[in-house]
Amino acid sequence: MKVDLSEVRKIVNQAKTESLQEGDMLVNILHCVQDHFGNFIPPEAAEIVAQELDIPLSKVYEVLTFYTMFSTKPRGKYVIRVCVNLPCHVTGGRQIMETLKEELKIDVGETTADGMFTLETTSCLGLCGVSPVIMVNDTYYGDLTPKKVREIIEELRAGGDEK
Amino acid sequence: MKPILVLVSVDSNSVLLGARQFLNYLREQIAEYNLSDTVDVLETGTMGVYTQGVVMAIFPDDVYYAVKDKEDVHKIVTEHLLKGREVLDLTLPKEKLKLFVETAPVSKETRIVLRNAGLIDPKSIDEYIARDGYFALQKVLTEMKPGDVIEVLKASGLRGRGGAGFPTGLKWEFTARASADQKYIVCNADEGEPGTFKDRLIMEGDPHSVVESMIIAGYATGATKGYIYIRGEYYGSVDNIRKAIQDAYEYGLLGKDILGSGFSFDLSVRLGAGAYVCGEETALLESIEGKSGRPRLKPPYPPTCGLFGKPTVINNVETLANVPPIILNGPDWFKSFGTENSPGTKVFCLVGDVVRRGIVEVPMGTSVRDLIYRFGGGLIGGKELYMVQTGGTAGTFVGVDKLDVQLDYDSFAKYGVSIGSGVILVMSEDVCPVDVALNTMEFFLHESCGKCTPCREGTRLAVQTLRRISKGRGKKEDLDTLRSIASVTQEASLCGLGQSITVPLTSIIDNFQKDFEDHIGAGSCPHGVCHFEKSRSKSKVRR
Repeated sequence: MKVDLSEVRKIVNQAKTESLQEGDMLVNILHCVQDHFGNFIPPEAAEIVAQELDIPLSKVYEVLTFYTMFSTKPRGKYVIRVCVNLPCHVTGGRQIMETLKEELKIDVGETTADGMFTLETTSCLGLCGVSPVIMVNDTYYGDLTPKKVREIIEELRAGGDEK
Repeated sequence: MKPILVLVSVDSNSVLLGARQFLNYLREQIAEYNLSDTVDVLETGTMGVYTQGVVMAIFPDDVYYAVKDKEDVHKIVTEHLLKGREVLDLTLPKEKLKLFVETAPVSKETRIVLRNAGLIDPKSIDEYIARDGYFALQKVLTEMKPGDVIEVLKASGLRGRGGAGFPTGLKWEFTARASADQKYIVCNADEGEPGTFKDRLIMEGDPHSVVESMIIAGYATGATKGYIYIRGEYYGSVDNIRKAIQDAYEYGLLGKDILGSGFSFDLSVRLGAGAYVCGEETALLESIEGKSGRPRLKPPYPPTCGLFGKPTVINNVETLANVPPIILNGPDWFKSFGTENSPGTKVFCLVGDVVRRGIVEVPMGTSVRDLIYRFGGGLIGGKELYMVQTGGTAGTFVGVDKLDVQLDYDSFAKYGVSIGSGVILVMSEDVCPVDVALNTMEFFLHESCGKCTPCREGTRLAVQTLRRISKGRGKKEDLDTLRSIASVTQEASLCGLGQSITVPLTSIIDNFQKDFEDHIGAGSCPHGVCHFEKSRSKSKVRR
């Protein structure tokens, strides 16, 4: 993958305009950079962030590996996050996870061989009014049943080439 | 203004039920039937219920519909909007809407926190202002000294709605008294307590109430900069809060010399990135400072030494949303709701096996039973209630014997039922307490930041022990082991995360001890939930 470094520099500097105090932007900037690359932060981009903020690269990595929303490695085209907390768990969440594992033939933390799907868990998404809930990239799906989950996967597979 | 107004709920929960599609279809249909000159369609926040579908309200008729599919939308357009006939089979009885606070006397003023959610377009600052928005700020800046504001808040008895219940006025006073060249106001919108989604719905439905309160807090304490730290996954909240801040700047309500008072305040959004521990206030500050969200050793406490080492007020979203009405109506008005030590209302999140899942704002001191049966409509499919989790994952698990406990900030100390962040998770006999305890401890294990040993290892040991019990390999002494893990982790952990695991763990063991004991030495899970493994050691013996 080719990384356009001047583009990253632009993103970092654009984000920096929101700063109220020196040092208050790193997490927001990492969000912007990750959004730009889809769902991970390549090492070259992390280096630019370190340079532009004038902080050690080790600090950038300490932060980016601490938070679960960031990734240092490319993930599947569709990152599926399954809520595993109690409100989803007691309303059928366990079957949702089992269906996904069965359907995708991968375990949590893995990516399908075709690079389409990555399966992750997440903590409560605050949508317990319609539990159980999953998130695919930035889209939420609620009131799920194993049948609905299979339909969602099928739909994503069918429309897999566009985004 | 057009004669008929249709309000459609488009908060995140409703969007999942198809709110966007219905909204677009509604607009198409209105155009198709040439109703564009007479009907206005506006988006609004939550109306509190989700079970029957997306809620649409029609004014001035004051009729509420629950819409499940496009056919329903079509019916409403052709029957109600075109012919003026109410579609009775889609009508939602008003008592099902959360905005009704059933305490005597029933009055509009009891909607405090959710006063605007579901009534205004959250993206319009003008609609907020039309509902007395920013009047409190104006009053504060033109008629009150900073000390007066703090006195009003102290007199109101408002306590922090994030869960700990610390008096808000006192917190502000600590920061006001601290001398420093820079002070900060931080809004904790990193709502992560499983089952809680009230802050999300407040930010999505009424973002300006948070912005206004933060400016007031800045004036009262002498802070000139503020941050709203929102969960990274809360896209709708982030959008609405960002828009609110932008509009407030445009109207001169943020920035330099607000309303000609000489007071200046800047406000900015910071995003979380998926770490529950950042809801702990010092971890949250670390995160804003561009670090990993690991809690600090306390004291010093944030009101005197917080963000970038400066005095900092940190308040929860719901707490802040209470401030403008208190300023406008006075502390005595606020104290007329709720209980003596916990005045005001509380927004509860009803989740799990309850008929009407959603949020409800009721006076402090409402009983668990009323929340489940009067507001929640009882259990789905007439199931039998077995267990309730109150207050979130760091809250308590209680059985049916505690249903009449009235929830406020004293109910935990008095009756062992925590109010926490306001979650009421209803569970039927289909759940197994061991499985529930395991899920809860797995959550803490995952979210423990690893900085201090008691929390990191305590959660791991608790999960190992519970997993053993849930696989049918539990030993008699395991319950005592769990109790001792709970107490050591509470005593020795650095922050609220580790300290609080004792509450769910001991409450579930104490209140459901028999269920735990029934797993030990049994052939299968008494509730049919846990998967028992064939014990290897036993089979060896048989050989």
